[in-house]
Amino acid sequence: MCGIVGLFLKDRKLEGELGALTAEMLVTMTDRGPDSAGIAVYGAAIPGFVKVTVQSDMPARAFAALDALARTAAGDAATVTIKDSHAVITIAADRIEPLRVALTGAPEPLRIMSVGETMEIYKETGLPKDVVSRFGIGTMAGTHAIGHTRMATESAVTTLGAHPFSTGADQCLVHNGSLSNHNNLRRELRRLGIAFETENDSEVAAAHLTARMRDGRNLGEALTDALGNLDGFFTFVVGTRTGFGVLRDPIACKPAVMAETSRYVAFGSEYRALSGLPGIETARIWEPEPAAVYFWDRDGSTGDKMLAA
Amino acid sequence: MPAFDLSTTSIRALNEALHGTGEPLKDRRFEVRNPRGSHAVAVGCRDQITVAVHGPVGYYCGGMNAAATITVHGSAGPGVGENMMSGSIVVEGDASQYAGATGRGGLLVIKGNAASRCGISMKGIDIVVGGSVGHMSAFMGQSGHLVVLGDAGDALGDSLYEAQLFVRGKVKSLGADCIEKEMRGKHHATLEQLLSKAGMRGADPSQFRRYGSARKLYTFNIDNADAY
Repeated sequence: MCGIVGLFLKDRKLEGELGALTAEMLVTMTDRGPDSAGIAVYGAAIPGFVKVTVQSDMPARAFAALDALARTAAGDAATVTIKDSHAVITIAADRIEPLRVALTGAPEPLRIMSVGETMEIYKETGLPKDVVSRFGIGTMAGTHAIGHTRMATESAVTTLGAHPFSTGADQCLVHNGSLSNHNNLRRELRRLGIAFETENDSEVAAAHLTARMRDGRNLGEALTDALGNLDGFFTFVVGTRTGFGVLRDPIACKPAVMAETSRYVAFGSEYRALSGLPGIETARIWEPEPAAVYFWDRDGSTGDKMLAA
Repeated sequence: MPAFDLSTTSIRALNEALHGTGEPLKDRRFEVRNPRGSHAVAVGCRDQITVAVHGPVGYYCGGMNAAATITVHGSAGPGVGENMMSGSIVVEGDASQYAGATGRGGLLVIKGNAASRCGISMKGIDIVVGGSVGHMSAFMGQSGHLVVLGDAGDALGDSLYEAQLFVRGKVKSLGADCIEKEMRGKHHATLEQLLSKAGMRGADPSQFRRYGSARKLYTFNIDNADAY
């Protein structure tokens, strides 16, 4: 099973409600995935700064000296915001590598969940309602968010096995399904210098897109390549700093429904996830086609939607 | 007429009332409001009742229907009318995957489009789709009819047994052992009757093509005897 939700706002007036809307969508999908839940929220950027979201299983000890560690590694402009087991470290954009080195050498283990100008990822084991309340997702603002409720099949129920997966700055992917050629692809991607945190198949899909976008492809082109290279069952929803994409495999067993109004584009594994959105009664609602790439970009330069050949 | 608001009533309470569990059925007409994509709305109805559902439903609406007349004023999630035995279900909007799967009888009408695997393993049900159907529709269909006023996706009728398929629009591709067959008088009459029962006025049977099994896959071919 697994449940996926996604919300990409077109109307800026809704940005203050992004967290509340997606938290409700995520909780609706609890019975599709009660093992763990996670969400990537794309909030406001601070020019010249990036956000590094880290997680610890023992936050009281691990985060006690995090402020000092961040300032030492990244200068006095560094700030730390702690939310339960996660902390968001905001640093000058050119200080990522020193911070990464310092985090790796920290006395208590810290896991990097995400790096990005706007994206923060929160994910933990447990019920979606507990995960969204622990991190205060309901009060967050932003432009788009992608969430996942997991019923584990391919790997263990752990924080790192929860979705979304992030393998590049401001990039995230959630997956419903299972891939069959992920071990081989992981080897190939490692040769290209991409690091993996888990043995999870979905992380390979995320890394595949990261590698393609690093080569200069846009999100839509990277998704089209994924159709040729990934074998297995999948419904993916992916986010970039300005973009939002959806892809289903050619067999399309994994459920998907989308809604679009003048104010937003929304994705749900089921209609239930969309039923609380404003104006859903008059939204255009459709099931995304198999093997077709859908993506939206708020930059507008790449077009708002493209269908794969 | 009893009305159930699913924002305040459980699915179980609704279905128990429709089944006459506890006390025998007094009313024959039911209204259901605010389904908001709920699963298993009006499944397993054994009596000749009428159920009007106002809004979109989720998985398996009307599954195993034995006698009820169910209308969904909205769209339906996966498996609408799955394994229905008789009675009728009308979906005013679109239907998701495997609508009418394994259905043994009755009539399923989808006024909008149906997604992939519509009528998969159908065993006697009649399905009429006002729009188009997705890939692998009528896969392994054994008997019954699938009528599509729009187009059909890839691999229509793959591994077909004796279900009969009628499509008015384009067929993207035929599945293994599915072929176009001649529309003869009796097929014309069957189709006319199905369109009329489904309330699809204005659809002329002569605009449809008929597809069925080439019967090469499911019958033993003596030329293959050496393979065993």
